[in-house]
Amino acid sequence: MKQTMNSERKLYTLCLLVEDVYGVLSQVSRLFSRKGYNIESIVSGATDKPGIVRISIELFSDGLMIEQIAAQCRKLLPVKAVKILDENSCIRREIALIKVRAEERSARDEIIQIVNIFRAKVIDVDRSCLTIWVFGSQEKHRALIDMLQDFGILEIAKTGTIAIERGRSTIYDDSKLKEEYEYGKNVL
Amino acid sequence: MKIPATKAIMECLLEQEVDTIFGYPGGTILNVYDELYNYRDKIHHVLTAHEQGAAHAADGYARSTGKVGVCFATSGPGATNLTTGIATAHLDSSPVVFITCNVGESLLGRDAFQEVDSTGIAMPITKAAFLVRNAQDIPGVMRQAFAIAANGRPGPVLIDFLKNVTAPDQLIDYEFVPWRDNRNCDGVRELSVSRLKNPEPDRQDVDTLLDMIAAAERPLLICGGGVVRSRAHEAFREFAEKVDAPVAITVMGGGGFPGSHPLTTGMIGMHGSRASNMACDTCDLLIAVGCRFSDRVALNPAAFAKQVKIVQIDIDRAEIDKNVLTDHHIIGSARKVLEMLNEKLPQYKHDAWKNQILPLRAPSVAEESAVLTPQQILDVIHLKAPGDSIVATDVGQHQMWAIKYLHFDYPGQLLTSGGFGTMGFGLGAAIGAQMGNPEKRVLHITGDGCFRMNCHELATVQYYNLPVITVVFNNGTLGMVRQWQSLLYKKRYSETTLNRGPDFVKLAEAYGLQGFRVSTRTEMETALEQALGCGRGAVIDCVLDIDEMVRPMVSAGAGITDFLLS
Repeated sequence: MKQTMNSERKLYTLCLLVEDVYGVLSQVSRLFSRKGYNIESIVSGATDKPGIVRISIELFSDGLMIEQIAAQCRKLLPVKAVKILDENSCIRREIALIKVRAEERSARDEIIQIVNIFRAKVIDVDRSCLTIWVFGSQEKHRALIDMLQDFGILEIAKTGTIAIERGRSTIYDDSKLKEEYEYGKNVL
Repeated sequence: MKIPATKAIMECLLEQEVDTIFGYPGGTILNVYDELYNYRDKIHHVLTAHEQGAAHAADGYARSTGKVGVCFATSGPGATNLTTGIATAHLDSSPVVFITCNVGESLLGRDAFQEVDSTGIAMPITKAAFLVRNAQDIPGVMRQAFAIAANGRPGPVLIDFLKNVTAPDQLIDYEFVPWRDNRNCDGVRELSVSRLKNPEPDRQDVDTLLDMIAAAERPLLICGGGVVRSRAHEAFREFAEKVDAPVAITVMGGGGFPGSHPLTTGMIGMHGSRASNMACDTCDLLIAVGCRFSDRVALNPAAFAKQVKIVQIDIDRAEIDKNVLTDHHIIGSARKVLEMLNEKLPQYKHDAWKNQILPLRAPSVAEESAVLTPQQILDVIHLKAPGDSIVATDVGQHQMWAIKYLHFDYPGQLLTSGGFGTMGFGLGAAIGAQMGNPEKRVLHITGDGCFRMNCHELATVQYYNLPVITVVFNNGTLGMVRQWQSLLYKKRYSETTLNRGPDFVKLAEAYGLQGFRVSTRTEMETALEQALGCGRGAVIDCVLDIDEMVRPMVSAGAGITDFLLS
């Protein structure tokens, strides 16, 4: 039977293993703009394999569109593997640095208490502000930022989300799908 | 052995058995052209009038010969002038290696004279785009570029050399390796990102399709561009005859299945024949080979052949379920898959089904009339020109008429910009095809709008003494746009009437070619005979009525049998 595609829009994380070559990030990211999709966050970082970089991209999409973007990504020559992850199948984490106003001692104390509750850390302090480091899920960050709003947030820097599959399966796993993509790519 | 970098570029072309290239020199590519001068007896360079013409010529060369086309251009405007040609090759999966040069490393990114980010521009319209900053990389990149262009789903590749890489003092290690061997040599493997393996269609997928065919009562085949690109025409023909099913042919599939074969139902889609489109709605198994269900075939993808089981055979996994959701697919080159299918396929008989569909085909006899009609022109061409003539078209009404009324029997016989719809493609493509097929007759079928776009390439036709015959369907309008305006825009002919020069006969003469103007069938017959016999290029300007329409027609987005015009 024909597949019925999920048309519900939700947050997906697309994880790619790519060769660290010239222009690879723009090659990947243009596929999103081509389909008129806005990237929520994009993170690129080294892996255990030299010369291979992992790119994690977060975006709101429906099932059909994410499949198509993934399909186009797999066709790019420097792309080694692509995995579509959603909240049921993966663990997502991000880091945020938050600079918050704290001119009085009482405010500082209160902020430190909140920070402890969230298992965040104060990593810098001076007489007028505190800088907080927090690691965790987006929801946790949102909640913390919401609490800190009362004191006055001066600046926020976020890493964007990285994600990894739950359980034993990895992005390196071979599949029939992966083999099929090798056909459309260059077969040398 | 150490040799100069530019010499390595030429040697790499010879490795690939390249003997013809198309291009246009300029400032940054001077070093390469200087080296080409030493190789002028081995590599024939065709200088066109414009880089776009060179790009289309390399594309036409590739499509008609099945080899990889090669095109040179300089930086900046040279590279941007190629872009239409690159995109045309990309959308129609034509293997072409484009080689440009860019400014030197010291000037890169400083908005130097004639500098543009060529690889950045080419990224969305190529299979791969390489920026070469180190001369040592030349052999690896060149070998990989050709391998990428020709393998898997074919397509264009761009190599952009920085000028300093091509400087005479750049010496590199190089050893000649014929292309058959260099697919496995270090240079390629190092840069290679794909595993070294040959595509083998999944046996189980093939068996599933065999079962589906056995269960089908009303199968329909679609012959797409993949059949042409993989030169699978013989396997496809055997397959069609064994399944005993009607065959609809897409624009890109022209030549993949004989147009005069008793099983052919003609074109499918927007200007598809009644037989093809009706079959699409009444069949119970639709097997599309090398066809991506573009919006000109599956006008309404959600409703396209909804009642039937759809099977897609394609080399590119990303095409599966992209436009139309399918029930089954086989990944692999059309030729390989079809050969595997043919091995096990018994002979079927579907007479009742064929009797239902095949009689719907329109009679293809040109009617007698005092004024010249498009069908008459094509009828004359069909009768007078050699049967194996290569036909290059531009885009629009004349393209649809040519594909509808002429029969194409082998891959590479029809050269047309089906995907990108590039007006001005035809003349360049015809030049490329003639260069690659000197023994064949090449006809360029165009409209007055398209011809005006790149008619300067007549200079190339004349200089290289190519006997290309251009047939202009001159209706004094942008016919296809006017047709839409007539049918869908209340006859508001906004900027489509071409009541202006030039006089195409005089234009032909100005370029030193033979010019003819015809307005009846008899005149057309005489003109074509003379053009075929004159031994040089010619232009036949065919005067047509402004309101000639392409029939039948289905509106964009409509159901495939909701004919707007019958």
